[in-house]
Amino acid sequence: MSVDAVTVRRIAHLARIAVRDDEVSHLQGELNAMLAFVEQLSEVNVEGVEPMTSVTPMEMKKRQDVVNDGEIADDIVANAPATEGHFFLVPKVVE
Amino acid sequence: MTDLTSLTLAEARKGLAAKTFTSLELTDAHLSAMEAARVLNAFVLETPDQARAMAREADGKIAKGDAGPLAGIPLGIKDLFATKGVRTTACSKILGNFVPTYESTITSQLWRDGAVMLGKLNNDEFAMGSSNETSCFGPVGNPWRREGSNTTLVPGGSSGGSASAVAALLCMGATATDTGGSIRQPAAFTATVGIKPTYGRCSRWGIVAFASSLDQAGPIARSVRDAAILMRSMAGHDPKDTTSVDIPVPDYEAAIGKSVKGMKIGIPKEYRLDGMPAEIEKLWEEGAAWLKAAGAELVEVSLPHTKYALPAYYIVAPAEASSNLARYDGVRYGLREQGKSIIEQYENTRAEGFGAEVRRRVMIGTYVLSAGYYDAYYLRAQKVRTLIKKDFEDCFAKGVNAILTPATPSAAFGIGEKGGADPVEMYLNDIFTVTVNMAGLPGIGVPAGKDAQGLPLGLQLIGRPFDEETLFSLGEVVEQAAGRFTPARWW
Repeated sequence: MSVDAVTVRRIAHLARIAVRDDEVSHLQGELNAMLAFVEQLSEVNVEGVEPMTSVTPMEMKKRQDVVNDGEIADDIVANAPATEGHFFLVPKVVE
Repeated sequence: MTDLTSLTLAEARKGLAAKTFTSLELTDAHLSAMEAARVLNAFVLETPDQARAMAREADGKIAKGDAGPLAGIPLGIKDLFATKGVRTTACSKILGNFVPTYESTITSQLWRDGAVMLGKLNNDEFAMGSSNETSCFGPVGNPWRREGSNTTLVPGGSSGGSASAVAALLCMGATATDTGGSIRQPAAFTATVGIKPTYGRCSRWGIVAFASSLDQAGPIARSVRDAAILMRSMAGHDPKDTTSVDIPVPDYEAAIGKSVKGMKIGIPKEYRLDGMPAEIEKLWEEGAAWLKAAGAELVEVSLPHTKYALPAYYIVAPAEASSNLARYDGVRYGLREQGKSIIEQYENTRAEGFGAEVRRRVMIGTYVLSAGYYDAYYLRAQKVRTLIKKDFEDCFAKGVNAILTPATPSAAFGIGEKGGADPVEMYLNDIFTVTVNMAGLPGIGVPAGKDAQGLPLGLQLIGRPFDEETLFSLGEVVEQAAGRFTPARWW
């Protein structure tokens, strides 16, 4: 499989990465090189093989359903580019 | 007094305990070495004040007889580890001036045991790379050069700063991370020892995530013993990482010097690549001969799905990366580029903040997870991963204790030499290491010799899950036979 220019733009939008017109053909070439490389997986017989979900055989750990953290709003907004009080500021989302 | 930077960690520990020198002296010696080696670009942030304060504290504890196992030992920290109050960037513009308000579990364990932080080490952006050339702080120089040449070579990646700093004697050891070979490949390129522990052995909490099912942290060190000492402090159960395993941490150092007599060492025939340099082949044979001389039994083994590990990796890792890196949105931390709408703000922020390699991987990951392609790519890759792991399980079920392979298909190369036209050319560096991440196994890289141009080459030993001890025992045999290698200082 390979991707065309329209698909490159669609993927970029899905990935929320702006691409300039002059970047598209270069990106298309690189993505297609990667897709050509992974193409060899199609020759592997995976009939009846379970997909890996956990590389270490272990049961998912659970913890008590209790509050064990919090009251750190100052820490959480400490690195934000724009805040007001304990809120993150973003451009208007709802008209 | 001998140059304090030339000691191994184990030797320094002895000297500190005997009060031959203080941690402050040891730390100052390394701070001076670090300053004098800025041309290598191994450190992206130097923290001398913090280092001296930590060293004084360690000296106080040593004086009181209350010293932890790493008391007073100066270390470098890969910039992927969150360090409280100290800028952490993953060497990406998108994290900008991010200053964590928390400490990663691994580094907190190192400080608990008395270690001293010299600074933060360069790496490929978000650990995506095999040459340390994708860092937003620029490439790292390898302290090793080809004989008679003054061309600067790459130290490998992604833990290039860690490997370069340890090899150039700027720090006594370093933290590193390995998603496809990022500890073992730079270790091989710089004649240092690096171990990627079993998945789940070390907590991933507070380490900037790349591909969560593959990422595992470990040390890069000056000797096998040093790596074992560091591993003991880095390993351990952490309730904050659900994939961290709750089993006791052994005294890895006790495995050093333990007999390997009767151990069965597998030589996988699929690792004998067409066109493999004769020097690598020779090194591999030499390594096998050393283990045999130490009493191990060598057996040929087969890992039939080896050739599919790298292509499967280049689906799984980008897929997980595209998901993990979704958090860099210019809202909660890091860089923000304005846009007319919030979507445009996201797109502009991520276009500006991510470097070319990261953008490429996020996009391929987005593609293989997108509707209509998920089964063909991601699901198939996860099935192939099951088969890769089964290859190893079958091999270990036949009584094989560990597997010996070359660490890399070549020695270090020049900056800008690889991957310019085709990204896959760079990816092939990890061909011998990536299988280990796909199967979640431990792997150690140990320096074993030099090529005709005088550049270091390494061997890799792959172990059973949670049997790092055997790797340390075998690694020690290789180190004893091959010796240790230090680059001639040119910087």
